[in-house]
Amino acid sequence: MATVVPATPKSWYLPSKPHKFCPGCGHGIVLKALGEAIDELEIQDKTIFGCDIGCSLLSWNFFACDTTQTHHGRTTPVMVGIKRSRPELITVGYMGDGGGYSIGSQHLVNAAVRNEKVTLILVNNTNYGMTGGQMAPTTLPEQITETTPYGRDPELTGYPTKGPEFIAQLTPDSAYVARATVAKYKQLKRFIKNALRNQIEGNGFSFVEVLSTCPTNWRTNAQQTWHFLEDEMEPNFPVGEIKSPFGKGDK
Amino acid sequence: MPKVITESKKAFMTGNETAAWAALVSGADIMFGYPITPQNEIMHYWTRLAPKYGRGFLQTEDEISAGFTVCGSVQSGKKAFTATAGPGNVLMQEPFGMAEAMRLPVLAIIQQRGGPSSGTVVYSQQEVTLTTFGGNGEGHRIVYSTATHQEIYDYVIKGFNTAWKYRFPTFVLGDGYQAKMREPLEIYPPEERGIKMVDTYPLIGLEGSIRAGEREPQHLCNIYSLEEELYEVVLKNAADYEAICPELIEFEEKHCEDAELIVVSHGVVSRAADDAVKALRAQGIKAGYFRPITLRPYPAEQLKAAIAKSGAKKLLVAESSYGQFYRLTRQEIYGETVKIETLFKPGVGIIDYDIVNKIKSII
Repeated sequence: MATVVPATPKSWYLPSKPHKFCPGCGHGIVLKALGEAIDELEIQDKTIFGCDIGCSLLSWNFFACDTTQTHHGRTTPVMVGIKRSRPELITVGYMGDGGGYSIGSQHLVNAAVRNEKVTLILVNNTNYGMTGGQMAPTTLPEQITETTPYGRDPELTGYPTKGPEFIAQLTPDSAYVARATVAKYKQLKRFIKNALRNQIEGNGFSFVEVLSTCPTNWRTNAQQTWHFLEDEMEPNFPVGEIKSPFGKGDK
Repeated sequence: MPKVITESKKAFMTGNETAAWAALVSGADIMFGYPITPQNEIMHYWTRLAPKYGRGFLQTEDEISAGFTVCGSVQSGKKAFTATAGPGNVLMQEPFGMAEAMRLPVLAIIQQRGGPSSGTVVYSQQEVTLTTFGGNGEGHRIVYSTATHQEIYDYVIKGFNTAWKYRFPTFVLGDGYQAKMREPLEIYPPEERGIKMVDTYPLIGLEGSIRAGEREPQHLCNIYSLEEELYEVVLKNAADYEAICPELIEFEEKHCEDAELIVVSHGVVSRAADDAVKALRAQGIKAGYFRPITLRPYPAEQLKAAIAKSGAKKLLVAESSYGQFYRLTRQEIYGETVKIETLFKPGVGIIDYDIVNKIKSII
């Protein structure tokens, strides 16, 4: 019987594979799309990958690209510092919803307002995965987490953060803002590629939120996981290009 | 690009302006900063001067960001710096911690203001503990406490070199008085004094193609899976730090040969101490003067030697905080039996008269 070896992006760092994400986690899909985008744009040698703390940290040696770890929420300013110093480099900040929308939100907001020429990829899995499944800014109403054991009550803790929507409001037309999902791989890769292309062309701030899965903390089986992603998350977080300098947005 | 200055010249300027000029002549590439009194004019002068010499600036959203953008910038191989004070120094402890852990050549100029909390915008020496041992680290930092504008100029230049040579975060610790007052100094191009600026180099974004197999990718690590991994890193940093201490330590000592009492002070207070010791000597009182210039590493052996050779029975620690420098000094000279008297004026200036009076009351 012939063995079919899955295609591996050339920009992946093979000694760190297989990767350390939980079975069923969406990070691997996002990082595959990013790897293929880096390959196709031929930017491996000038890409600086910066990873936040949380599950995104498990990507710290994922790519055969120069990479730095940072602190929780601080990937954005580190990437900004690098890009401001070495504009020829392509800086990719990789973070979760807690790092981007909560502890690092002031950096995200202000980097967007300044139209910093960095690319940020934020993985939204509606909870803090690494620390054991606490409520995140993106946790859905009534969703059960370790810190909302009776379900998130929007009266007490607000509604889920809609990142791309507010970032689109903060940025000029040269920014790129999109929301993708690991359920639609080709679209995800296209959005990430556009976000990188926007930085390569020196246009402006580029941001992609990716809806992702966390069966470990959601305590879901495969079918329930996919159901939550497609039927619970997507209605709350519309997928599409919200702002693109490359013509009409892809909804 | 034009040279910043071609030869030494006399200047009469504020300490903040001095710091900006010193960063310029040091070849600093970029400053990241956030407004807080009393360091603002470092940014004001830098933003006026920097574009003329092709240097960069970014006003960040807060001090956390200013510190982390500096971390990113130095990782990419650029000579970057920041300046802050008080609550800004508190916020910057997070990025300073990353610089300590990852051995990043960060330079920060601290102009101390009154504390705790927002305190005053004026002056203090209350950021000694924070600057020397802040963060969740081990104090593997280099801290120069300046007393004059000339020293601000000299130690900003030296600070960049120290940071890049040894790769420990380096601090020039001034204060609001030094920041805001004007005084004469000589500014000079470093090379005229035989000072060679240490070359910078990138830690990421290196030359050579990874894709073509010319080099391995750089994966900079700052968090460890195993206790033992972290332990090795901290022990190595400690060993590196301790090995360079002898070449880093700087201090000033006057009249300690026969002193019955030694005044120990740092920063701008040491100028009052110097005057006080002179006045006391004129009155026949055998006072001595000892001033650590580096608070980290602290000149402990040198102070112990001064105590030993003078046979002094007492030290007077004078500072504009409620004992931060006293505690630092006491732990560094642990085992000495000399009695330590104190003059604490937290957030308030100390003049020679204060020290003279204190000494007369204790001898």
